[in-house]
Amino acid sequence: MELAVNIVLLSLLVTTAAALVLVRGLLASIMLTSIYGLLSASFFVIMDAVDVAFTEAAVGAGVSPLLLLLSVAVIGRHEARNAGARPLFAVLLVGITGALLIVGTLDMPAFGRADAPAHLHVAPRYLLLSGEETGIPNVVTSVLASYRAYDTLGEVIVIFTAGVAVILILASGTHRGSARPHSAPVDTKDPHTILQVVSKTMIPFMLLFAFYVQFHGDYGPGGGFQAGVIFASGIILYGLLYGLPAICRVIRPPVVELCSALGVLVYGVTGILSMLQGRPFLDYSVLADDPIRAQQIGIMVIELGVGITVASVLIVIYYAFANQFETNGN
Amino acid sequence: MDILSHFNYWVVVVLMMLGFFIVIARGNLIKKLIGLNIFQTSVFIFYISTGKVIGGSAPVLSSDIQLYSNPLPHVLILTAIVVGIATTSVGLALVLRIYRAYGSIEQDEILEQSRQ
Repeated sequence: MELAVNIVLLSLLVTTAAALVLVRGLLASIMLTSIYGLLSASFFVIMDAVDVAFTEAAVGAGVSPLLLLLSVAVIGRHEARNAGARPLFAVLLVGITGALLIVGTLDMPAFGRADAPAHLHVAPRYLLLSGEETGIPNVVTSVLASYRAYDTLGEVIVIFTAGVAVILILASGTHRGSARPHSAPVDTKDPHTILQVVSKTMIPFMLLFAFYVQFHGDYGPGGGFQAGVIFASGIILYGLLYGLPAICRVIRPPVVELCSALGVLVYGVTGILSMLQGRPFLDYSVLADDPIRAQQIGIMVIELGVGITVASVLIVIYYAFANQFETNGN
Repeated sequence: MDILSHFNYWVVVVLMMLGFFIVIARGNLIKKLIGLNIFQTSVFIFYISTGKVIGGSAPVLSSDIQLYSNPLPHVLILTAIVVGIATTSVGLALVLRIYRAYGSIEQDEILEQSRQ
């Protein structure tokens, strides 16, 4: 049964990707991208990767198409038909590369085998001991925030840097300084009354759910990355329906910009706290006398830092893009 | 069952090549980014497929479950997705700047303009 669902979902993914190759016109492409994201999230659930599915559902089906839509709203949805030189050459190149990769997969261990090399190293130790060592049932959370906390710090810094880069790239020459939206009077004509009423009842629950995902991440699927993305999509939904000036009054751009740095700071300071007590960077054992308790505190603080940074960077990026749209639209 | 044992990997290769094709054969910069996204997701699907154990369960520890899927690929891909959207938006920001400078996001037109 599981395998049948697997095959159906993968076939749908290939169909969507093929449609993306054939279709011309950016609006249709973006809708297909959103479908593609939703399908891959469903696929991740079948593969037991519930944490990944959470993230992909919010990013692949939500935030990513939204940013694409905002860009297309600025640029226009037209896609040139004759574009792309030498399709024959491209087909040939893709065909050869694909064939070589397929030959490569023949040496891979069969799908789903418990004795595949990937399952024999490190992972069994995490599954066996992480429960005792951290007292946290969700292995993905304990690996992410404790065993591999260095990697995660790197990822959070990359996300922060991307946020800074977007602000720098989109900062316009005429308005000095930033890509920050400028306050403008709220548009009174509302073309989306039904959507606004419906979303108004939904958004509080989305934000509440984000907090649940954040703080329940130790015991079930969830954590800072997922919570941050869900929180940001709730805010972005509000901004989309009520306009940029309205959302800017609720969440002020300078505050989010500050918060995106604050999350990284919380993460880094936790690491430095252990260094000050003569322990290695990000060693949580200094945070409490009981080692398990210390692990739990450390993981919670770090996940909080991740959540703050991810949510604020996505909101900052949304502000920068929406601002392009508003200034171009007028 | 034998054919199925590598089905996921083949689908990954097909998706990857479709994404690759869009990147090299389409001139529209936003379309290229969408292609890059498909390419990226195919890698995610590859990692997650590798982590799956048939009969296993999601890696949330419980006393009555014996077999779990591998949590390590999940951790890697979870963070990769969020980093992916962050880098995609940097790409989109660059596209917007290119549009502002050249008034077009079609590769041919941009190249033509910069040759002049």
